[in-house]
Amino acid sequence: MVTVIINGKKYQAEEGRKLLQVALDNGIEIPHLCYHENLSSYGGCRLCLVELAGRKKSSLVTSCTLPVSEGLEVKTDTPQVKKARRLVMEMILPQAPDSLRIRVLARELGVSAVSFPSEGDGCIRCGLCVRACEELVGAGAISFASRGSARTVEPPFAEEPESCIGCGTCVVICPTDCIKMEERDDERKIIRWKRTLKMKSCVRCGRPFLPLAMVDVITRRSTSPPPGERLELCPDCR
Amino acid sequence: METREIDKIIARYNADPQEIMAMFMEIQDKEGYLPKSALSYLADKLHLRLAQLYRLATFYEAFNLKPQGDHQIHVCMGTACHVRGAPQVLDKLQQTLGITAGEVSSDGSFGLKTVNCLGACALGPVVVIDGEYCGHSSPLKMEKILKKYKKHT
Repeated sequence: MVTVIINGKKYQAEEGRKLLQVALDNGIEIPHLCYHENLSSYGGCRLCLVELAGRKKSSLVTSCTLPVSEGLEVKTDTPQVKKARRLVMEMILPQAPDSLRIRVLARELGVSAVSFPSEGDGCIRCGLCVRACEELVGAGAISFASRGSARTVEPPFAEEPESCIGCGTCVVICPTDCIKMEERDDERKIIRWKRTLKMKSCVRCGRPFLPLAMVDVITRRSTSPPPGERLELCPDCR
Repeated sequence: METREIDKIIARYNADPQEIMAMFMEIQDKEGYLPKSALSYLADKLHLRLAQLYRLATFYEAFNLKPQGDHQIHVCMGTACHVRGAPQVLDKLQQTLGITAGEVSSDGSFGLKTVNCLGACALGPVVVIDGEYCGHSSPLKMEKILKKYKKHT
């Protein structure tokens, strides 16, 4: 355990843990969009910037990529931090102008008018879906593509990704809600990736509830105990 | 591209995923671009995700995922070339070939791309066709050059 100083107060934390997580654990709010505690840190959205005290002068660093060490001292709410976050938000907002969560966060940070041209497709390139698909689901069906302002997140060749199992993790984790999922009859569709999957029906009520590709993966991966009825019955019938 | 040839390339690099860029380059040298089937095969053999390979292939300007024209035309749009009239040269090429930069002409004979600086500013505006530098180019010169290359195909 090490002692870190956040906004002048001392906190105990496990060495190497990311500062953002330490702050959140202790109830200190730091806005963030590309961080998730179960995924690797990416430092992409730049909203979690904090002021790190240095020997001579302080600097702005992303707290989601900052491992804590003994005596680390940061401030999360200085005028400099607020100004930097505002600028970052001014650039994020035009990318996802229709997202409620982004709009609310923007207002909280004091950004109302959009000063950059709005040409957003709703995706802010935070990479949460890419990391979740790779690290949590283990499918790796989507990735970043291209570079610079042309950068997008898409399946290989922007075609229906065969390795997508239709679990919907990307749908849930997307901070701007730009990945939509649709279920009709026995088909599930992840619209953004153009992925359509057949679903397995509940043996009791007959309602389709789980993509067949997911059944395959769960059966293959689970060792003991066998998944049993979880794969036969829908959540309502269990 | 036949899988046998890809196997040879993979073997040459001991199936080391770190050498993926070199493998890409060899495949592109042979095919002129990176076919989807080749990427899928590579991913399979090297136990990498297709998405990873796709990310790499799209990140670098040097890799093409679509078939390229028989002749590659690069028009320099760097600052020096720009002030010396590169936009007019590019316009001329786009009109004559009926394509915009980044595309391949319908008969597949020419591919047109822009680059940001070739480091040959004194020759501006510079156009490179199949690696051959054409300095002090002009819309008029482009017509002649296109004709010359057309004969080769």
